[in-house]
Amino acid sequence: MKNADKFLRTFSARAIRPLVVAIACASASALSVTAPVLAADFEGARIEMTMPFKEGGGTDTWGRFYAPLIGEQLPGQPVVVVKNIPGGGSTSGANQFQMRAKADGRDIFASSGSTMFPYILGDKRVKYEYKDWTAILASPTGGVVYISSDLGVKSIADLAKLKDADLKYASQGATSLDMITLLSFEVLGLDVKSVFGMKGKGEARLAFERGEVNIDDQTTSGFIKKVQPLVDEGKAIPLFSWGVLGKDGKIQRDPTFPDLPSFVEAYEMVHGSAPSSERFRAWKAFFIAGYAAQKGLFLPKGTPDDVVQAYRDAAAKAIAAPGFADKAQDVLGDYEQAVGDEASKMFSEAVSMDDEARAWVINWLNSKYSAGL
Amino acid sequence: MLDTLTTSLLTVLSMQHILYLAGGVFLGLLIGIFPGLGGIAGLSLLLPFLYGMDPISALAMLVGLVAVIPTSDTFTSVLMGIPGSSASQATVLDGFPMAKQGHAARALAAAFTASLFGGLFGALMLTVFVLIARPLILAFGSAELFMLTLLGLSMVGVLAGNSLVKGISACGIGLLLGCLGAAPATGEYRMSFDNTYLMDGIPLVVVGLGIFAIPEIIDLLRQNRAIAEASELGSGWINGFKDVIKHKWLSIRCAVLGTLVGALPGLGGSVVDWIAYGHAVQTTKAKDNPQFGNGDVRGVIAPESANNAKEGGGLIPTLLFGIPGSGSMAVFLGGMVLIGLEPGPAMVGAELGTTYTIVWSLALANVIGAGSCLLLSKWVARLTLIPYALMAPFMLMVICFAAFQATRSLGDLVALLGIGVLGVLMKRFDWPRPAFLIGFVLAGGMETYLYQAVQFDGWSFLTKPGVLIIAAITVASIYFAVRTKPADKTDDSDETTDTQAATEAPRRRASNLRPQIVFAFAVVGLFGYGLYDALQHSFLGGVFTAGLCAFMLVMSLIVLVKLLRGRLEDPVNFDNEVEAGYSSDNSITSLPHYVYWLTGLVLGCYLFGYLIAIGLFFVIFLLLKARTSMIKTLSLTGAALAFLVVLSHLMVLDMPRGLLQEMVQLPWPLS
Repeated sequence: MKNADKFLRTFSARAIRPLVVAIACASASALSVTAPVLAADFEGARIEMTMPFKEGGGTDTWGRFYAPLIGEQLPGQPVVVVKNIPGGGSTSGANQFQMRAKADGRDIFASSGSTMFPYILGDKRVKYEYKDWTAILASPTGGVVYISSDLGVKSIADLAKLKDADLKYASQGATSLDMITLLSFEVLGLDVKSVFGMKGKGEARLAFERGEVNIDDQTTSGFIKKVQPLVDEGKAIPLFSWGVLGKDGKIQRDPTFPDLPSFVEAYEMVHGSAPSSERFRAWKAFFIAGYAAQKGLFLPKGTPDDVVQAYRDAAAKAIAAPGFADKAQDVLGDYEQAVGDEASKMFSEAVSMDDEARAWVINWLNSKYSAGL
Repeated sequence: MLDTLTTSLLTVLSMQHILYLAGGVFLGLLIGIFPGLGGIAGLSLLLPFLYGMDPISALAMLVGLVAVIPTSDTFTSVLMGIPGSSASQATVLDGFPMAKQGHAARALAAAFTASLFGGLFGALMLTVFVLIARPLILAFGSAELFMLTLLGLSMVGVLAGNSLVKGISACGIGLLLGCLGAAPATGEYRMSFDNTYLMDGIPLVVVGLGIFAIPEIIDLLRQNRAIAEASELGSGWINGFKDVIKHKWLSIRCAVLGTLVGALPGLGGSVVDWIAYGHAVQTTKAKDNPQFGNGDVRGVIAPESANNAKEGGGLIPTLLFGIPGSGSMAVFLGGMVLIGLEPGPAMVGAELGTTYTIVWSLALANVIGAGSCLLLSKWVARLTLIPYALMAPFMLMVICFAAFQATRSLGDLVALLGIGVLGVLMKRFDWPRPAFLIGFVLAGGMETYLYQAVQFDGWSFLTKPGVLIIAAITVASIYFAVRTKPADKTDDSDETTDTQAATEAPRRRASNLRPQIVFAFAVVGLFGYGLYDALQHSFLGGVFTAGLCAFMLVMSLIVLVKLLRGRLEDPVNFDNEVEAGYSSDNSITSLPHYVYWLTGLVLGCYLFGYLIAIGLFFVIFLLLKARTSMIKTLSLTGAALAFLVVLSHLMVLDMPRGLLQEMVQLPWPLS
């Protein structure tokens, strides 16, 4: 302890003063850099998009696609950078955004269906509140459910034949985005055995190609690029697409797949009437969170109106810019992007599921899949 | 096809392409040198620049970066005993002893030559293999992948060290730790104490750094000297090169292994180096004088040939199916999508030209990367001559930064400390850490694939032809392991052990077994808790860990009973404090001393945030331990902090915040 004693004396005499000076200088220079911005002008600013996923995933790619386009259109043309905070199935990043984001337009949040699902289900890890946030933009996507041609079913009209078939589905988990698919099997009355633990939709498709499972779904881009060749070879039969959410709140056929019935049409073919049960209402809420408004950009609680407006205008201009559709093809598909109030409306419909439907879903997940909610 | 090949070659050899490629290689080399920072960190630095670049140039940068990280990460593995990334963990086992003996130059030369060879071989395999790989990859279902994890586990037999039961128990600790968090079948959280961080499981980077880097740093600090015992780095660049030529067949076999394991999606590239190392040990006959673990150059060549070949193999599922085999491939995939390239069957159809551009770039990047490493190594190797007290704060800073990369929460640092302490104890009592790591890496895949295989095919999956073939290979692998390790080294029979101990005269044996007994008791307790926890879950959520813990309870109880019997000659008895003579040497600092320092650092992060804590740590450590002057201390601290701030700004990364930042609003970068 002699050392420590000597050290303390040396330290107090020689270190503290220069250290204090150094810290003071550093803070002063840092302060001068972060001069307060004028409202809705982002000249020279660096805007951080909180991304609750690792680099390289679907939402990350989506966010990195939009970041420069929106930055260009904002007043002052700031740089928009992506800040990845993975963990907790995207709840960690969202919690951090809720807690730390400043309401000056320099913090935005990239949300995905996997951020909304735990929120809707009341997961105990969720400490964020979608109702506090303001939506800038919503990106829809679609998807197709398809089966192996070995099952001898040619289209959804033969669905009755599938009732006795030994159906297997490879899934990432009962509370992941695949829950929409599991729910739709439940609504249609199909008895499907789910095998969990897949690490992504790609692995599930591989299991289908290997013949380990015989029913699967893929999002639009995955279906066109990787399943359509299997359909052309006669190995896979598409059954139905999820559909898209119309402005009237009804589910319509997906324009990317005009020949495929939507899920609602498929239901009517099987049951002869339009769906209306609590399980269908639950399905619809998750469908909006998982497909119709799967990805979204949000501003934190208390963001001033002019900043919100600046962002909404920037998003609208980015989407209307010439050449956007071409660039967007690979990342966004042919879906119409929703901006401003339209986006807000979709998100609020997704997160305000009625209690009866929620109770049913939670009970279903717990009893059928031991989800422990 | 030949046409496409030459067109792609011309694209690759254009000046612009080479420039971008070299840029990627340069970044990759830099990232690889810092321990723990791997492909993911590099690609996240690169991603913001990719958007809007022309696809071929962007691709060149991406490939350049990914290709050379397993080359330059060898530096710290060999020179400091700290794995540069998960790809070169096995290189440490023999590379570091070589450096300690003053053969750093030879080890590095051998490693880079092997890397170059492996990388080129991987590219060559990719050229042909990519066209026919589809059916092969489709032939590996969950059942076959499960068998492959068993094959990987069989390497534990080779890496178990002196006592097989201890090796198996160490592997069991790894397996159990790997099962932490959500169960693959049900999503139930196991052993996570409702802690959000533990629910996701502990990241591999944190475990790798904790189990290998922390114990090594602490050990070197305790001895308080430079790394190299010899004052010269030694010549031997040429020897290293010759070593690879001499062991060319080993190198080729390991490159094939690397490509194959890399090409199979789901197994993960992190075990490639161990499998290659295990293979080298198994196939080296006694007459070739194996010195594995004590600086055998074959132990360097094998993993280095494999880990560069792996990148070539790993591109196959990434390009063909859009399924990344590793973390860095996942980011590579994201980069591809961002520049407008969608992986899929088209990559061997309409886009074949692009695929071959990638292949050629990969080959070229390996040449540039290995060449620059050879040139650089003279200077980098001098780091081993610096007194370690001066190096340690930098190493700790980088390691904490790298660990924090994993999930960007303070939990990473706490986990690093926890695993680090486990690593220190395992090193002290000779519970083989490679076995632990293999268990950890394979745990997730093993459970998931077993569950899926049973769901898909029932137990009849065991009769599938692919499964039987891999089972046969596994049995052969175990046979070779037993053959290389003479029976008297395992502790099956006490008589042979006695005679062996008698012939091994000068070895110091610990006579106070109490510390070992306490540790073994804790391990038994861990498995006991694991079993208890498993029984709290649904059948599918708990059956794997329950079975595992039940088996491991038996194994670890054997170790405990052997220790309690107090027979000093038993191979389970090992205490490095005695064996290395630390306990009788007064110049060696006590073991917990530096653990307290590390704990202080993590505690400081909790209170003041990472940046302030590491700054204080630097100042205090340099003044007290390295006894540098105040001016030197402050300038070193300033340089280190500036480096951190710039890097985290570029990577768009918030440093861990402490209580201080929660309470008061501080200006950037202190916030």
